[in-house]
Amino acid sequence: MYPGDFYYTKDHEWVRVQGQDAVMGITDFAQKQLGDVVFVQLPEVGANLEAHQSIGTIESVKAVSDVFSPLAGEVTAVNGDLVDNPEIINQDPHGKGWIMRLKPADPKAVERLMKAAEYEKHLEGLDKET
Amino acid sequence: MKREPLIFEVSDKGKRAFRLPKLDVPCGQDPWRGYSLRESIEGFPQVSEIEVVRHFTRLSQWNHAVDIGFYPLGSCTMKYNPKVNERVAAFPGFAGVHPLAPEEYAQGCLEVLKRTEELLGEITGMDAFTLQPAAGAHGELVGMMLIRAALADRGDPRRVVLIPDSAHGTNPSSAHLCGYRVQEIKSDGSGRVDMAGLEKAMTSEVAALMVTNPNTLGVFETDIRKIAAVVHSRGGFLYMDGANMNALCGVCRPGDMDVDVIHLNLHKTFSTPHGGGGPGGGPVGVKNVLEPYLPGPKVDRRDGRLVLVADLPKSIGRVRSFHGNFLVVVKALAYILSLGAEGLKEMSEVAVLNANYIRKSLEGLFHLKYQTPTLHECVFSDKFQKEHGISNLDIAKRLIDYGVHPPTMSFPLIVPGALMIEPTETEPRRELDVFIEAMKAIAREAKESPELLKSAPHASPVRRLNETAAARNPVLRWTEDMTEPSRE
Amino acid sequence: MSYISLSDKDKKEMLERAGAASPEDFFCGIPEHIRLGRRLDVPDGLTEPELLAFMESLAAKSDYGRCLSFLGAGAYRHVIPTVVEALSSRGEFLTPYTPYQPEVSQGTLQAIFEYQTLICQLTGMDIANASLYDGASAAAEAVLMADRLNGRTRVVLPLSLHPQYRRVIETYTRHTDLELVEAGYGDDGRLDLKDLESKIDDRTTAVLCQSPNYFGVVEDLKTVARLARARKALSVAVVAEGVSLGLLEAPGRLGADIAAGEGQSFGLPLGFGGPYLGFLACARDFMRQLPGRLSGMAEDAEGRRGFVLTLSTREQHIRREKATSNICTNQAWCALRATIFLETMGHDGLRELAAQNGQKARYALETLSALPGVTARFSGPVFHEFVLRLPKSWKAVDEALRGKDILGGVGLEKDFPELRDCVLVNVTEAHSRRDIDRLASSLREVLR
Repeated sequence: MYPGDFYYTKDHEWVRVQGQDAVMGITDFAQKQLGDVVFVQLPEVGANLEAHQSIGTIESVKAVSDVFSPLAGEVTAVNGDLVDNPEIINQDPHGKGWIMRLKPADPKAVERLMKAAEYEKHLEGLDKET
Repeated sequence: MKREPLIFEVSDKGKRAFRLPKLDVPCGQDPWRGYSLRESIEGFPQVSEIEVVRHFTRLSQWNHAVDIGFYPLGSCTMKYNPKVNERVAAFPGFAGVHPLAPEEYAQGCLEVLKRTEELLGEITGMDAFTLQPAAGAHGELVGMMLIRAALADRGDPRRVVLIPDSAHGTNPSSAHLCGYRVQEIKSDGSGRVDMAGLEKAMTSEVAALMVTNPNTLGVFETDIRKIAAVVHSRGGFLYMDGANMNALCGVCRPGDMDVDVIHLNLHKTFSTPHGGGGPGGGPVGVKNVLEPYLPGPKVDRRDGRLVLVADLPKSIGRVRSFHGNFLVVVKALAYILSLGAEGLKEMSEVAVLNANYIRKSLEGLFHLKYQTPTLHECVFSDKFQKEHGISNLDIAKRLIDYGVHPPTMSFPLIVPGALMIEPTETEPRRELDVFIEAMKAIAREAKESPELLKSAPHASPVRRLNETAAARNPVLRWTEDMTEPSRE
Repeated sequence: MSYISLSDKDKKEMLERAGAASPEDFFCGIPEHIRLGRRLDVPDGLTEPELLAFMESLAAKSDYGRCLSFLGAGAYRHVIPTVVEALSSRGEFLTPYTPYQPEVSQGTLQAIFEYQTLICQLTGMDIANASLYDGASAAAEAVLMADRLNGRTRVVLPLSLHPQYRRVIETYTRHTDLELVEAGYGDDGRLDLKDLESKIDDRTTAVLCQSPNYFGVVEDLKTVARLARARKALSVAVVAEGVSLGLLEAPGRLGADIAAGEGQSFGLPLGFGGPYLGFLACARDFMRQLPGRLSGMAEDAEGRRGFVLTLSTREQHIRREKATSNICTNQAWCALRATIFLETMGHDGLRELAAQNGQKARYALETLSALPGVTARFSGPVFHEFVLRLPKSWKAVDEALRGKDILGGVGLEKDFPELRDCVLVNVTEAHSRRDIDRLASSLREVLR
């Protein structure tokens, strides 16, 4: 389910390293929790983000979720397709539904995030709580 | 079913539904020279009178309303709205008076305000009231502002407002609008404020605790006095959301529970009609310590006359123009006077009886997360029906087929899949039984024919509407390039 | 009179089913020490005839109806077509809740959708919300909205903005980091554009401009919007008399970014100040920062057109403390009345209504300012209201006019100390020529 070469956060974002850059989006779990996404607020290209900084929100009809930057760094691209077709996040959260690409301030920082197995364990824990 | 077009779709040039008398003053050659005038009001409708009448009469028939049937929306108190109150509010001595009329020309209106303030004071045990807030949320905002002003005056500005996790979304929003950071307090196993959690959270940074009593589960906060003592001992104020005052009239009073400030909803407890979402009224009552900060002007008695006092140096200022939703206040006063002391108490007793009758009748069929005794409402959930893939939304929509308005859904947030039911005191037993039977039938259907619920409603003017598509591509007005859907 | 529907038998059986001996049992969670323990000190209940008699006696204490009144200043007496009362008083419109269940609320939702459209057409804006409490709180919400949009720190409030609107904005912004800056008016009664320009800079969030302004003078909205835009500030057009939009150019076409105003004139009685109707409209780009309810078009499962409350994620019940506003209702029934009023008036009717207001006010201004010693205080173009300067103190004149059962206008000294001896006079289509002539002849006598 969760790609083995991705990194994950407790807030249900994923990160994929691509050369010097990191691409991020929200996980399949997060999109299912939200339901049909109707609006995605994107960060600005060129913005310098701190780790855990809120970069915008994702909305469904009856819920809003903050999205946080998993890493510190500079935004180099955003997924403009989401503006007109926010449903891509539901259809392909780990691929075409990516949100932004950034140049991490510390290339090593990503390794401090969870790996797929760890994240899946984290999800199991959440399941027990509810 | 025949569709009702938008009025713009029946409009045609030159049609008229109203004419003014001819202009009876002389008018110069070019009276509007030098003005920036519009050539037309683009797209504005032109229809005949019968078209207006049929349009709105047909539209009205697609609404459910208290006048049509049972409307058990929890926390909304959809009770009967007496017709006589509408008649009274239309008296020219109320409806026709200009808000800036000199006091000696508006004594009757001022007396309505003064008497209502005094009666609400007696009913709630608070020392003073303002009737300026136009709705409950507006009242909350005023209440928060009063607290903030009093603390500033004391030289003790604070940053945080505590709000239980069962609260209405308006509470955090109102506190935030007043510049406070909101901190949530968890409920305990009985659905009440967790005292240990409160003790811990109640620091010298906390300006107030906002509590709803009875809370949104319909549960009375038995320890309200202790809660007040904790809050007061650390220098904070106790704010009570009085949305559920319908359960308490003549039984107990927030003022006697050491509450410092409360808002009421005239459109809930005091029977003024909801009108499809307003106008309401959100009077705010306070103890003496907060009175100097109330919005102005306030009505005062002087030498047997009523006057408006605007010179209130500590007042938070105005939150609305003029005197608030005055005609709503007239209706509330008429209601209080109709009921009288006995009637007010009976109102609360029967509201509680009706709610408990429903609760007992449905217990076992629908899941009840909290077993604590409840007053005027009860909160079931869809937990049992979830096993058959049925959600509270499906249950709600199916109720429409039985001619009943669905209960409040998915609130309070501490009950997943909530169905919050408030029957109010004015419902006949027959209507309660129709609802109970419908809920029982739905519980059966959930097991036997879940598809029937998922595709509900079947008997309404429209079927389930696609809210996702509506939100993805919002169409918020008619434009001339729109095509009218073909009529079936 | 109580409105309970249970018989004694019902009560008894229902108590049994609920497992209680008496209603008292249900209140067991309320500790003794906070029980009232006595009867409320509220008079015995009244029957309908008693209630009507009593309330009539109260209403009769207000002598206002005896007078010929020229009071305006944000609340106006206009004709209300019979159909407005007849249709809006239907229980199906008066007694539903907020349309959260669209399948059984299409009447309210379609009416709101039409209302939103009418407000857009009148203001020349792209979108409008389902209404707010009143014009003053709508102006305050416009200020908070502008703050969310550009995050700057200063708001320019002209002195010619309705004083009560200014007070409400002060209250609403007290706990924000917004600073309110005043801008003065000139001898024409319009915003002093030099003063205004000097007060707009890179810190300016928004510039408010009421037109027609508090003195009844039509402002140069176009220039104000241009000045605001030059410093990337937002311009907010405030309209306290909605009828003016029937004739004057729409704020949206003059460059305003947001339009906020009062819709009382659209079929709502004076009602000693309420309930009234706040409207708020803006450019589509600002949609997600627009507070309040919105009705949007949707399709049902069979492809039929319907309407739903939409973009609810902006609102308090979902976004809680991060919502655009704490507002939880609109003034739906007032908006319904406005919708019926505007559709009944129609395009030609509303234009004629606006024109008659302006022409009658002009006639009154010319007639009154021809009286010895009486002058028009401002030289700018007026619409429905105007300021007169009198040769005597307004207080004395007012008292003398009252002796003739005339309320001649709203004195300005309290809010504008510099406008001593000045009075704001409103005239609408509901005043006949004879009414205006009576004011003129009475004023002449009083001043003699």
